[in-house]
Amino acid sequence: MELFTEGDPIADTKAPDGPIETRWERRRFEAKLVNPANRRKMTVIVVGTGLAGGAAAATLGEQGYHVKSYCYQDSPRRAHSIAAQGGINAAKNYRNDGDSVHRLFYDTVKGGDFRSRESNVHRLAEVSVNIIDQCVAQGVPFAREYGGLLDTRSFGGAQVQRTFYARGQTGQQLLLGAYQALERQIGLGNVEMNARHEMLELILVDGRARGIVVRDMVTGEITTEMADAVVLASGGYGNVFYLSTNAKGCNVTATWRAHRKGAYFANPCYTQIHPTCIPVSGDHQSKLTLMSESLRNDGRVWVPKTKGDDRSPKDIPEAERDYYLERIYPSFGNLVPRDIASRAAKNVCDEGRGVGPTKLGVYLDFADAISRLGRKAVEAKYGNLFEMYERITGEDPYEVPMRIYPAVHYTMGGLWVDYDLQSTVPGLFVIGEANFSDHGANRLGASALMQGLADGYFVLPSTIANYLAAGPLEKVDGSHPAAVEARADVEDRIQRLLAIDGDRTVDSFHRELGQIMWEHCGMERTEAGLRKAIDEIRSLRDQFWQRVKVPGTGEGLNQSLEKAGRVADFFELAELMCIDALHREESCGGHFRGEHQTPDGEAQRDDDRFAYVAAWEFTATGQPSVLHKEDLKFEYVHPTQRSYK
Amino acid sequence: MNLTLRIWRQTGPEDKGRMVTYQVDDVSPDMSFLEMLDVLNERLILSGEEPVAFDHDCREGICGMCGLMINGNAHGPQRGTTACQLHMRQFKDGDTIDIEPWRARAFPVIKDLVVDRNSFDQIIAAGGYITVPTGSAPEAHSVPVAKANADAAFESAACIGCGACVAACPNGSGMLFTAAKVTQLSLLPQGQPERYTRVIGMVDAHDEAGFGGCTNAGECTVVCPKGIPLSTIGRLNRDYLAASAKRGDTPGT
Repeated sequence: MELFTEGDPIADTKAPDGPIETRWERRRFEAKLVNPANRRKMTVIVVGTGLAGGAAAATLGEQGYHVKSYCYQDSPRRAHSIAAQGGINAAKNYRNDGDSVHRLFYDTVKGGDFRSRESNVHRLAEVSVNIIDQCVAQGVPFAREYGGLLDTRSFGGAQVQRTFYARGQTGQQLLLGAYQALERQIGLGNVEMNARHEMLELILVDGRARGIVVRDMVTGEITTEMADAVVLASGGYGNVFYLSTNAKGCNVTATWRAHRKGAYFANPCYTQIHPTCIPVSGDHQSKLTLMSESLRNDGRVWVPKTKGDDRSPKDIPEAERDYYLERIYPSFGNLVPRDIASRAAKNVCDEGRGVGPTKLGVYLDFADAISRLGRKAVEAKYGNLFEMYERITGEDPYEVPMRIYPAVHYTMGGLWVDYDLQSTVPGLFVIGEANFSDHGANRLGASALMQGLADGYFVLPSTIANYLAAGPLEKVDGSHPAAVEARADVEDRIQRLLAIDGDRTVDSFHRELGQIMWEHCGMERTEAGLRKAIDEIRSLRDQFWQRVKVPGTGEGLNQSLEKAGRVADFFELAELMCIDALHREESCGGHFRGEHQTPDGEAQRDDDRFAYVAAWEFTATGQPSVLHKEDLKFEYVHPTQRSYK
Repeated sequence: MNLTLRIWRQTGPEDKGRMVTYQVDDVSPDMSFLEMLDVLNERLILSGEEPVAFDHDCREGICGMCGLMINGNAHGPQRGTTACQLHMRQFKDGDTIDIEPWRARAFPVIKDLVVDRNSFDQIIAAGGYITVPTGSAPEAHSVPVAKANADAAFESAACIGCGACVAACPNGSGMLFTAAKVTQLSLLPQGQPERYTRVIGMVDAHDEAGFGGCTNAGECTVVCPKGIPLSTIGRLNRDYLAASAKRGDTPGT
C-alpha cells in the first residue's frame, strides 16, 4: 500500500497582497467587526492557557465575548510556557545596533531555512514591539539597566541584541502576566475557567467547529461544550519522543483529534532539537531539562581533540581542546542557530569525542567568562541555571564545565492555518506552538514566546472577529446529534482502553515509541531508517491496543487513563511524522536527511522540489493520508544556502 | 539503594485515608524523587494495584504543580528545591521516607497526594494584576523603573504558586503567596494606581478561601523553593494598614 496520496494544492487566501509592510494593516481594516453588544451573545472556547491561549482568552474576555477556557493542569498558571527560560525577541532597536522590523523578519525567515510564509513572519515582527509594551504595563519584571530602561541580550541566529529577558525565567514572568490578565477576566465573570479538564474530541456541526468534548479529570465526567468558535492553543507534540524538555502532560490530543475531524496537519516532521540540555543519566529518565540558550553568550562549547580522551576536563590542556563551533562557524561562533549547534554536537559524539559517562555529551565551559567577568557577574546572569544544573547532576558548573547534549524541545509543525490563523475547518482557530505558521523548518531562540503572545494578544482577537461577524450561527446544544455522537465516541474509546487489561504499562509503550522516533526521526533521518520506523510504529501500536494495562476506572482521577489516551494519539502522529520526513527528500532546518547534505555536512535544501508547506489530510485510521502542497513564495528574502560561517 | 516508603493513600475526598508502606529497591542516586515514584507506580500497575496519584508537570521546578510533604518537610530536605528537582542522592540506602500531601484547610485532598489549590487562583482574581487591556499599553520606555526596584520586584515575582508555604504554616496561612504578588506589583510604578484596592481585595479573598492568619512563624519562607523573603509580608501589612486607613477616602488623598 502507498504511504500517502497527493491531492489538490492548498493556498492561503486570507493574506492580502501588496507591499508586505502594509498587509497586516490592510487585513485588520478589511476584517469585519462584531458589535460590542453582540459579542456578549457569542461563546468562544479556548483550549490551553499558555502564552497563546491565556493571552487570547484574556483579550477576548476584555472585548466582551463569553469565553470558556480549558487546561489539563490544576491552574492556568502552570501551562508549559512557564518553563521558557531565555527571552523574547522584539524589534525595538533600543540598542541602536541596526535592528528593525525588517531585520527581525529577515532573520526569522532565514533562521527557518526558507520554509515559512513571508506574510506571517512579517506580521510577527511588526507586532513584536507591542508585546513588550503590553508586558511592561502588566508589571512583568524584565531585566533593566541602571538608568531604569530595559536590558537586552543576544540569542542564536541574530547579530543584534533584541532579546528581552527576566533572568532565566522569562516564560514564567510573561505567562504570569497573561495569567493575571486572565484571572482578572475570570473575576469579572467574562471567562469561565475549567482547570483539570482535558479536551478529547472536536464537535463539528454542518462542517463548522462548534464545540468540544471534555473530560473532567477529577470526577471523570464527560461533557459536551458548545460555542460559536473553537481556538486550540494546546502547544506542541515534542513528547512523542517520550524524552523531551516538554512538561510531562504536554500532548497532541487536542490537535490530533481536530486533525482526524478534518484539520490539515502541516510539516509534522519539523522538530527542534535544542543543543543545550542536561544529558540523560539512566533508564529511569522521565524528562530532559533545558539549559537556556542564553548560556551560549558566555559559555564555550568544546570536546577533546582526540577520541576516547577520558581525562578530567581540567587536565585537558587548551591545545588539546576543540572549540568546534568557533572553529567551524567563526562569525557566529557559539551562537549559531539551534539546529546547527545540535547537529555539530551529534557529529563530534559520533566521532567518538563525546564526554561524560555515556559519551553523549559536550562541554559548555564558563571558565573564560568567570575569569573575564568575575564569578559574581556570571552568578548574576546565570545563577539560577547553574543551581539547577548542580541539583540535577551533583556537579558544580563554576568548577567543572557543564555537560550538555541536544534534546527535543519544540515542534515547528502543527495544524495548518491561513493568515487569519484559521484551520481548514471553519471556525477552528489554532494559535501558538499548536499551529505551524511562523518558524518554517527551524525556530530561532526567543521567538516562541514572541509568537505565542503575538497570536494570543494581537492577531487572533482581530481575525476571529471576521469569522464571528458572519454569524450569528444557529444555536446548538449538547443534544445535537453531532455532539451526542462525539461524546459517545469518547466514552467508547475510554472503555476500550480500560477493557484491554494487558501486561504492559502505558509508559513502557511510550518509552519504546520515543526510542524509535529518536533513533530514526531525530537529529538525522534516512530513507531506510524512516521506513523501518514506520513498520516498527505500526506493530507497536497494534501491541498497545492488545497489551496495555490501564488500572482503575473512568470515574474519578485516573492518571494512567489520561496517559493512555495521549499515547494512543502519539502513535498515530508518529507515523505521519515519519511519512512527512520520508517524503521530504531534502534537508532544511531541523529536518536533516542524511542523503541530502552539502560536502561540508550542512543541510542541503531542494527549493525546486520542496519550497512548499506539506499539509496532510486525514482519511481513515490505517489509510494513507492525502498530501496538499502550499507553495511558498519569497518576494523579500531570497532563499540562499544559510551560512553562519 | 533500597528504601521503605510510607505513602498517604486516599481514594477520594470522602475517604479517611491512611499511610501505606511500600518497599522500593535498586533506586539510583541520579533519579529524581518523582522518578523514584514512577518506578513504584510501574510496579503497582503491573501487580494490579492502583498507582499513587501525585501532581507534577514540568519536572524542572518552575510550573509549581508538584508538592509533597517528604518526612514532614514541604518539598523535602533540600532548601530551595521543589520535589521534582530533589534527587535521590539526598537520601541513604535503607532510609524510610514518609510522603504526604499538602495539608491545609484551603487545600482539600482530591486523591492520594493530589490537592485542590484553586484558592490561590481566587486570590489572584481578586486583585493580583495590573489592569491593562490588550493594546492600551504605552511605549515600554516611557516609564523607567529603578533597577533596584525592578530586581526586588523580580525576587517576589519568582513565586511558583506551589503552596509549600501554606503546607508548612502552623496556621495554614497563604500570606507569603499573597504578599509575594502584592510586593511585586507595589514596587513597580505601573502597579501604583491599584496598590491599595489590590491588597484589600487579595487579603479578603485569602481569608474567605479558608486560609489561616499569619502569626509570623516564618516556616513559609524556610520551605519556599524560590526563597520568597518574609519581608514581603511586612510590606503587605504596611500596604494593608495604609489601605484600611484610606478606605472610604475621597479620590486623590
